Amino acid sequence: MSVLIYTEIAKGKIKKSSLEAVNYGSRIAAQLNTSVTAVIVGDADTAELGKAGAKKVLKLKNDKLTSLDGMYLTTAIEQAANAEGANVIVFSHDFTGKEVAPRLAAKLKAGIVAGAVDNPVISGDSFAVKKNVFSGKATALYAINSAKKIISLLPNSFQVELKDGSAEVADFAVNLDAVNSPIKVKEVKKVTTELNLPDAELVVSAGRGLKGPENWGMVEELAKELGAATACSRPVADMHWRPHHEHVGQTGVAIRPNLYIAIGISGAIQHLAGVNGSKTIVVINSDKEAPFFKSADYGIVGDAFEIVPKLVAAVKNFKANHN
Amino acid sequence: MKILVCISNVPDTTTKIAFSADNSTFNAAGVQFVINPYDEWYALVRALELKEAQGGNVTILHVGAADSEATIRKGLAIGADDAVRIDAEPNDAFAVAEQIAAYAKDKGFDLIMAGKETINYNGSMVGAMLAELMNLPYVSLATKLDVAGGVATIEHDIDGGTEVVECTLPLVLSANKGMAEQRIPNMKGIMSARTKPLQVVPAVATDKLTNITSYELAKGRTECKFIDASTPEKLIELLHNEAKAI
Repeated sequence: MSVLIYTEIAKGKIKKSSLEAVNYGSRIAAQLNTSVTAVIVGDADTAELGKAGAKKVLKLKNDKLTSLDGMYLTTAIEQAANAEGANVIVFSHDFTGKEVAPRLAAKLKAGIVAGAVDNPVISGDSFAVKKNVFSGKATALYAINSAKKIISLLPNSFQVELKDGSAEVADFAVNLDAVNSPIKVKEVKKVTTELNLPDAELVVSAGRGLKGPENWGMVEELAKELGAATACSRPVADMHWRPHHEHVGQTGVAIRPNLYIAIGISGAIQHLAGVNGSKTIVVINSDKEAPFFKSADYGIVGDAFEIVPKLVAAVKNFKANHN
Repeated sequence: MKILVCISNVPDTTTKIAFSADNSTFNAAGVQFVINPYDEWYALVRALELKEAQGGNVTILHVGAADSEATIRKGLAIGADDAVRIDAEPNDAFAVAEQIAAYAKDKGFDLIMAGKETINYNGSMVGAMLAELMNLPYVSLATKLDVAGGVATIEHDIDGGTEVVECTLPLVLSANKGMAEQRIPNMKGIMSARTKPLQVVPAVATDKLTNITSYELAKGRTECKFIDASTPEKLIELLHNEAKAI
């Protein structure tokens, strides 16, 4: 038996969220006196999976596994889990995790906690797993009572730790003859920004307070100097000042970076729901009554058009002194 | 086209969350419940638009106790033709999916829709589980949906972008922002909702694979530290030395 981790490749590399999941699985495996097997579709350098704690990497092979179709992936992961005798399966709670983990849970009759934020507390055959509920306003402790267990880990809940270690890599032929998905992929539109928002450690975000899309230059500059991703509030995306994929909040992307800088965003509860998991929150707003200040660690009351360029200069200065 | 829209009954977005004294249950006293916004604004409204354009029937389904009927009636007021309430406590995603699958399996729905997640338990699970139990394809996080000649064309969010897929009906999908705009029920809708059929279906035996043992309110942030607008460079110092964020 082993703990099985579903991992993914993006832009030719193992995704950070996958390494977090392998780390997480290896902590579970240590408690259960077993080892971690990572499964992956596609080709990339898998050395980091070993460094994150996997003892074995199975490359899932079948011609049907081209588009990460949930019907095929579910069966493929099930076959790998059976071959490994894995009773615990870990995903990242990302796009694929949301689609495939519950599907696999239903197939295996495995209890699942989707979006775990802490290590499970294991006692006997029961896992207690914490996750966010009420859109981040609370956490709940879930008991998983079934023999098979699936956990999807909320990205950015833990820092990735890489140590010395290597994994044995093998191909794993999957049999998908009995599965025929009617889903046909017609077009893939990848966003070309360098930083993927949910993965970003630092995020600079701006809202209606910036008055128009032509004023985003200073936001982008601050983000560039910090090595941060850019984001925006819902009204800004709705008015097409910024692309839809930058919208963070309850109806947009939920993020939890180390640092979230909100410029000209008042902090509606729906916006907070998407960002209140951030470790440090900075709010810059001209209105000292803006509700966002109540949820911030640091605040500056004032005109963004004066403050942000000064911050850009301060970051440049900081970098010059710390290199 | 026969469309089933699954709706959850959730505390209104602005609810102040509280739990029982021993933190074992959600304290619903004084809480305003609504249709889960993703289920309503996106899944239900798009289902109604498709029906209005192409004909058919929109059924809303809810798994829950009788006290959720006001929420179900609101779905009827917005325009659903009829409603089903499965009389079971919705306290485990898999059990809910089993209830829905048991009801829906022989009803011939072309399309089964739900929101991308509920705003109370944020699991994003029931749609995928239902698809597995019914052996149907599942498309998650759909932002556009069109149906022509028995084939759905769906745009949905994927890692780092969007993808357009085609899929023959039937299928299950979860709806994300972008699919439709919120609709406010009009007086005619509200009046007719009272007489539209609301069928109560007894629960089937299900497997409860998880349960919540305790809740904890999220820790609020300690006091916001204000930096004078004339010296924003102090912020960078604090972010480095104190918050260790950069």
